[in-house]
Amino acid sequence: MGTLKLLQGNEACAEGALYAGCTFFAGYPITPSTEVAEYLARRLPLTGGVILQMEDEIASVGAIIGASLAGKKAMTATSGPGFSLKQENIGFGMLCEVPIVIIDVMRGGPSTGVPTGPSQSDIMQCKWGTHGDHPVICLTPAYVQEIFSETVRAFNLAERYRTPVFVAFDEIVGHMRERIEIPDKGVLPVENRRRPTCSPSEYMPFDETQGDVPPIADFFSGYRQHITGLNHASDGFPVNASPRIHTDEMRLLRKVEGNRKDIIRYETVMLEDAEVVVFAYGVSGRSGKNAVELARAEGIKAGLFRPLTIWPFPEEEVAELASRVKVIIVPELSLGQIVLEVERCAKGRCHVEGIFRVDGDPITPDQILGKIKEVG
Amino acid sequence: MAFNYDPYIRSGKLPHIWCPGCTFGIVFKSLLRAVESMQIPKDDIALVSGIGCASRLPGYVDWNTLHTAHGRAIPFATGLKMARPDKKVLVVSGDGDATAIGGNHFIHACRRNIDITVIVLNNFIYGMTGGQHSPTTPVGHMATTMPFGNVDPTFNIPALAKGAGATWVGRGTAYHVPALDKLIVGAVEHKGLSVLEIINGCPTTHGRRNKFRSPTDMLLWMKETALPVSAFEKFPAEKTVGKFPIGVLYKGEGKEYSETYFAMVEHLQKKQEGRGD
Amino acid sequence: MAKEQAVEKIEATENEKVKISIIPRFCKGCEICVKLCPTKVLGMDMFTVKVVDVDKCIVCMACELRCPDFAIFVEKKKIEGTKDKAEGE
Repeated sequence: MGTLKLLQGNEACAEGALYAGCTFFAGYPITPSTEVAEYLARRLPLTGGVILQMEDEIASVGAIIGASLAGKKAMTATSGPGFSLKQENIGFGMLCEVPIVIIDVMRGGPSTGVPTGPSQSDIMQCKWGTHGDHPVICLTPAYVQEIFSETVRAFNLAERYRTPVFVAFDEIVGHMRERIEIPDKGVLPVENRRRPTCSPSEYMPFDETQGDVPPIADFFSGYRQHITGLNHASDGFPVNASPRIHTDEMRLLRKVEGNRKDIIRYETVMLEDAEVVVFAYGVSGRSGKNAVELARAEGIKAGLFRPLTIWPFPEEEVAELASRVKVIIVPELSLGQIVLEVERCAKGRCHVEGIFRVDGDPITPDQILGKIKEVG
Repeated sequence: MAFNYDPYIRSGKLPHIWCPGCTFGIVFKSLLRAVESMQIPKDDIALVSGIGCASRLPGYVDWNTLHTAHGRAIPFATGLKMARPDKKVLVVSGDGDATAIGGNHFIHACRRNIDITVIVLNNFIYGMTGGQHSPTTPVGHMATTMPFGNVDPTFNIPALAKGAGATWVGRGTAYHVPALDKLIVGAVEHKGLSVLEIINGCPTTHGRRNKFRSPTDMLLWMKETALPVSAFEKFPAEKTVGKFPIGVLYKGEGKEYSETYFAMVEHLQKKQEGRGD
Repeated sequence: MAKEQAVEKIEATENEKVKISIIPRFCKGCEICVKLCPTKVLGMDMFTVKVVDVDKCIVCMACELRCPDFAIFVEKKKIEGTKDKAEGE
């Protein structure tokens, strides 16, 4: 039996990081994510960990990449404007395959937006924010307990796939307080990256002959290496105009796309015989669940698909749903981002309808119920 | 006596990519000699850079090397240093990389006085991208983005470093080579943030557009224009017009950041033990 | 550069006082060494440096220290019966 605590979503995120073995945090104050840093500021020094408030958001990602290359499990937390600033270095983390975790507590945007209001409008930015082609893993918890467990999972995925992992939740879930159970150590698995076993002279930091996820050595551990943000060969050194660039970037995508079954998680409620499906995540997923229950009480065959992994997108699952339901409703706190993915995967086999809201308040169960009745 | 650079240079990487007459190679050799003289094991040293010609240096050296984004070497280096405070972390950066896009990181590393050595290779131009003016391009000089003569004022990099809190500040040149070896040793050995500005020449994108007829002319300009700091400080003002001082320009006192942070950690942990937490 | 010299072609010129080694593949023809040599030991063969008169060499090391390309090395030879100057001069 673990420890019961009444925690804010952001605090649960910090606890999840600690549980997963995070010993390094670098960040910058930004509403509504600051509590993650503040909680870790009280905890990390007590166990010898490092917490840095860097001079800006860009430096925060740089610092955690440096720390991860030195072997630490490292995390940063931010919101929209900071997430925009971080993109270049995030891309570095992706190309150089560095395990890091980035928390985005989404707020109203664009620009300064609504700092204390929720949104779900950074979701496409998670996928496409940094230039170039890159693999993306983004987890979308909706409950404080889930923020804890999905943060642990984020660290594990980062270590397993040697790639940056996002955990994106909105300001409401980040700031709400719920009772959670923190399991005893050893209950939830905690993974570590694969480190090389070959001799230092044989080691190459991007050795694809070792599999799609090559082992990575820590800096200062006797395996000297060159890590560069230029497209590079297996030995880490830059290459120009080489077929190697294409094949290596395909490998990066394959790390994630080829492991969808392992990475994609979701919750389903009453989907077996559903005719109307609500596809929603985060706070919208919570309202969606409630709306589906209300609809069923009125005899409507409604169901909920609530992704815990938004990237890679659950394409097969949505395609399957589209083949047998009448309509998929996508409530999101944006002007229509994830609805585009649902439409893409539905391929016209069913009707797809969005509910969009960007006024700083969540979409209510009644709003969703209203739409279910309208289109169901 | 010929110095053996072999142990430090990654095999098969020479000749390096810098242009004929680029003085970065001179500095590169000096850096290797300096580190060899300090007997720092190769596994215990990291060299981090941003983007630009200066930032290409780490690829050639058999250390733990990291070639990051433009202007961002210092935060990555900070992460490495705070994760492994027992190791040596060096940064090499160009003038634009360090003081334009990287300016914020530069001043905050100085403020923190974290034990990192920041080596700024100042060739007064953005060389790799073809010769655009940088925060150190002399006023009146020709650059591709100041084709009628630069009107942007310039940074004094040592003054910037000192003003922001660095506790070791020096300047050398690619001409004054034996002195450069010693300056690099001084910068690396100093515990705290060291900034060593090294004056260099870019004949390809700066020199040849600004009346330097050969790479050697750029080195000779350094010879003519640099004054040892002791002389610079003693000479009357009219004798130092157009000159710049070289040597150790400033040494200050200050708590080193990683030591301060981990002392706090130790103190907190002792308190916890004392309380039986 | 012992290991590299085993692989790279070296042009060495020597007398009883000094051995000047040039690695032609590394020389980019910048002429810094030629112009900075105080006694005009060096010259250019097309775009590569060459030793013109090794006997003029006073082993000041200027060429080696200021060559950016690892293309020229100067080795002072020990002469039997004479006192050696301190290393690193």
